[in-house]
Amino acid sequence: MPARDDWSACAAPPVLSARAEMLARIRAFFAAAGVMEVETPILSHAGATDPALASLDVAATPVEAGAPPDRRLYLQTSPEFPMKRLLASGSGPIYQICKVFRGGERGRRHHPEFTLLEWYRPGWDDGRLMDEVADLVRAALQRPTLPMERVRYRDLFREVLDLDPFTAPVQTLREAAITAGIHDADRLDLERDAWLDLLLTQCLEPRLGRSAMSFLCDYPPSQAALARIRPAGTSPDDQAVAERFELYIEGVELANGFHELTDAAEQGARFAHDCAERRRLGLAEIPPDGLLLAALEAGMPASSGVALGLDRLLMIAVGATHIDQVLAFPIERA
Amino acid sequence: MLRGTIARFSSTVNEDDMAFYSTSEFKGGLKIMLDGDPYNIVENEFVKPGKGQAFNRVRVRNLKTGRTVEKTFKSGDTVEAADVHDTDMQYLYNDGEEWHFMDPASFEQMTADANAVGDAAKWIKEEDICRVTLWNGVPLSVDAPNFVVLAITETDPGLKGDTSGGGGKPAILETGAVVRVPLFVQSGELVKVDTRTGEYVSRAKEA
Repeated sequence: MPARDDWSACAAPPVLSARAEMLARIRAFFAAAGVMEVETPILSHAGATDPALASLDVAATPVEAGAPPDRRLYLQTSPEFPMKRLLASGSGPIYQICKVFRGGERGRRHHPEFTLLEWYRPGWDDGRLMDEVADLVRAALQRPTLPMERVRYRDLFREVLDLDPFTAPVQTLREAAITAGIHDADRLDLERDAWLDLLLTQCLEPRLGRSAMSFLCDYPPSQAALARIRPAGTSPDDQAVAERFELYIEGVELANGFHELTDAAEQGARFAHDCAERRRLGLAEIPPDGLLLAALEAGMPASSGVALGLDRLLMIAVGATHIDQVLAFPIERA
Repeated sequence: MLRGTIARFSSTVNEDDMAFYSTSEFKGGLKIMLDGDPYNIVENEFVKPGKGQAFNRVRVRNLKTGRTVEKTFKSGDTVEAADVHDTDMQYLYNDGEEWHFMDPASFEQMTADANAVGDAAKWIKEEDICRVTLWNGVPLSVDAPNFVVLAITETDPGLKGDTSGGGGKPAILETGAVVRVPLFVQSGELVKVDTRTGEYVSRAKEA
């Protein structure tokens, strides 16, 4: 329980007003761009199946009339699925500013409840959306000349660590982590993608976004999440990649975007794979969103979409070093 | 709150029934076991890429050696809790090898070796209340009270001038510790010392 003297706001008054002004600029940006603001439910019958996400649930609360008391509802980890159902319903370009929830995530840049800006552009590919993300960030931060760069995932690993993240075996990744001085790299028991995540977070992220907005793009297919896979080309260097990007500023990860997967069968297979992984890892079973699959079967327009963490964007805007500095009441005071 | 948690663990811990912490419970002050030694978490940083595996980058201090090291944990992993907690105990006497302490509430007595008592040996005298850190019920370290009042057994007579500024002079205290005191302080007088810095604070009337 919070202590009595925790009643007061964490964020200073100028930070509270910086948040309000930033939200107003974001809404003005989308109004001018012809993107419609929408609201979708925060509570859902389905959760996030991604094994790296912990959905919080509301259990034993009969929120629906007549529902059995053990019916579980999940707090959203992102508004992605209902927004895709809106796209499939013919909404056209849409955005949403909402609270999302992720269990177990707490730190200098993490808070289990945070504010996400998510938007979708039917008919756009991920490259065009990256350009719009850059424009949105320039408007939100009031830094109209902030440059952007694109960095391919594979190129970054090759240049800095001298290894190919698409093909290097686990032992090579472990050795790179040991060479880089990551503590316990000699004895951590990680799977291949987790080694890539370790190297990315410990060695590579700090280099990104130092003089520009860095868009890390063309991820390994094993890290596609909900992105399309672009098939391999004819040259040996042109391997299949996930059309996924992440935006970094000052070494901080701000946004994740996809050229969205719209194939219902492939989406169903990824859900099944996630669920099998969750079982294998002993994680809570999460019901996949059957309504998303139904919407994809009915037909969702080819789209690109992105989710951007507004608390972190505000941290950059006001020069905060800890997320608590931009929150009115962090979880310990909630 | 932290101490309450650990106390609850320690009351249920035995060799067959160990307590564990998940990385999501990591925070400064948490006591964990690593490679058979008790550690205190000094700093915990949660790092996660946009999607994928999260990690906890942790600075921990070995409570036996005092050395600080960095560790990397895969988030979601669990670590054995160290049955470590602090308790206030009264120092009774030194038998030449070990220091004897008593819990003032239960009158239970314990002994601590020179390794556990460490620097506190320079400052404590009989009946002082000390903060004793117990690991599995055995004293791991002893902290002297922040301030102690001790008699000077030996110091050069002040030569001239009566100022408390300047260099001062060394004085041997009744416990054997040596501190720098102002020139005007004389043998037999009581002085108050900050045990964390080993510095003279003031003259004292009585203990």
